Amino acid sequence: METILTVNHLTKKFGYLTAVKDLSFTIEKGNVYGILGPNGSGKSTTLGIILNVVNRTSGDFSWFEGNTSTHDALKKVGAIIERPNFYPYMNAIQNLKLVCKIKDVPEAKIQEKLELVGLWDRRNSKFKTYSLGMKQRMAIASALLNDPEILILDEPTNGLDPQGIHQIREIIKKIASQGTTILLASHLLDEVEKVCSHVIILRKGENLYSGPVDSMLASHGFFELRAKNMDQLQELLEKNASFGKVEIFNGTLTAYLKEEMDAESLNKMLFEKGIVLSHLVKRKESLEEQFLTLTKNN
Amino acid sequence: MLRLLQIEFIKLWNNRASKVLIISYFVLLTSIALIAAIKFDIGPVQFHLADQGIFNFPYIWHFNTFVTALFKLFLAIVIVSMMSNEYSNKTIKQNLIDGLSKKEFILSKVLTVISFALISTIFVFVVSMILGLVYSDYNEVSIIFSDMEFLPAFFFKLVGFFSFCLFLGILVKRSAFALGFLILWTILEQVVFGLLGWKVMSWEAAKAIKRFFPLQSMSNLIKEPFTRLSAVQNIGQQIGEDMKFDYHVYWYEFLIVIIWTAIFIYLSYALLKKRDL
Repeated sequence: METILTVNHLTKKFGYLTAVKDLSFTIEKGNVYGILGPNGSGKSTTLGIILNVVNRTSGDFSWFEGNTSTHDALKKVGAIIERPNFYPYMNAIQNLKLVCKIKDVPEAKIQEKLELVGLWDRRNSKFKTYSLGMKQRMAIASALLNDPEILILDEPTNGLDPQGIHQIREIIKKIASQGTTILLASHLLDEVEKVCSHVIILRKGENLYSGPVDSMLASHGFFELRAKNMDQLQELLEKNASFGKVEIFNGTLTAYLKEEMDAESLNKMLFEKGIVLSHLVKRKESLEEQFLTLTKNN
Repeated sequence: MLRLLQIEFIKLWNNRASKVLIISYFVLLTSIALIAAIKFDIGPVQFHLADQGIFNFPYIWHFNTFVTALFKLFLAIVIVSMMSNEYSNKTIKQNLIDGLSKKEFILSKVLTVISFALISTIFVFVVSMILGLVYSDYNEVSIIFSDMEFLPAFFFKLVGFFSFCLFLGILVKRSAFALGFLILWTILEQVVFGLLGWKVMSWEAAKAIKRFFPLQSMSNLIKEPFTRLSAVQNIGQQIGEDMKFDYHVYWYEFLIVIIWTAIFIYLSYALLKKRDL
């Protein structure tokens, strides 16, 4: 598989504060990555370093298997970090023409990209007259001008109203469905859960986990069960070696698995013991629960 | 290189304030021709400035480059703000993310500065040539093309000064403060000179040191031309003052300015490279 970005033992210190500590990960073509972490965990600093605007203290990184210089590689990258920054006195067309010159790409794509983000009608308005949502969409149009190999988004929905958040998510999903690699930094877990296939979890600049979302925890999931005789059900499951913690909350029994078991065999087993279930759901922990578990344990 | 200039052109030309200042600057450069129209006609006193010899070749090269260099402040404002606005709009960050290297970023600014200086020099050359051909008392080719060193002096003076403005724009990041700093620096050079001459060493030694100060070295390239006018010389002789000044441009004066220019450009680059954005 083609590697887009390799980061090796990256460290960044701001005086006494270590913002990023010995961070390593790789980004493969075609996946959608999420960088997760609470505020101040080094997400933006990491992105700043790979985007050439923050100097690293030690470690290194290479774009596209190290075949090009960083600034040439960035011409094949689309990135939006923090607030959208454009020249306030220029309109959308003028701003995007400038980006085309910097990225050394023809200006032909401007209309297509502005239409994609729904700003074509406002193309002649100055950037400073735009609302925050429009500015953010303009930034996405700008990042897509060169049909990038990878799109990097840092908190793309920060500060937007629900409608704006929805619009941005729709655009991201659309881009992801076209096979573009995406690196999305966010502290909004449901956002990452909805679009990402891989995650990198940071806490205080340290890498806690990087890999596919599914294998984040060595967890086998849990069952949510309901039956007429709850006490009998609880007693039975507590005796079973396959289950760990069993608890009843609000009339629903939750049983955490210690080893793999599918819903069908559990149902069969309980039926044989004379318990008829009225409710049976097998679930995995949500990203939020997994994230909290992971950051708590360490 | 053309690409970098185009980038900077888009940024400048779409900014109304910059556009107005740039146009005003070049209009002012041309308007030096209006000096020719200064004419007093009060009864017996008739005075026509153009007849006083200020447009004589080769004196006109000296006079026009000196006077037009005063207008450089207009471009200084444009240059300081084109640099510091990149910081206040945070567009410098976006430029770098979009794939401009830090070297290219500085280079695009330096190329713009050089273009400004070059166009100004060509402007002054053309305007002076026309004025001279109309008003000069001497029109031999050998005289017309003598003392031409004032044109390169003008060019390097502008490049040096604008590089200083660029550096201040990067250092201070706010255009108003950067311009304030520029004025402060001008005063500072005089204060240091005064202190040196007054307390530390002889006035001759202080003057020798002052030549190496950045702004002073730039102004030394083109010395004031007024005492060279025959009318002024006559008055000087009448009141018994010997006014023999050295007006020439020397190679080491070029060298000092070029070294300062290199230092300012390098410092701008080093500062940009070192800073986290």
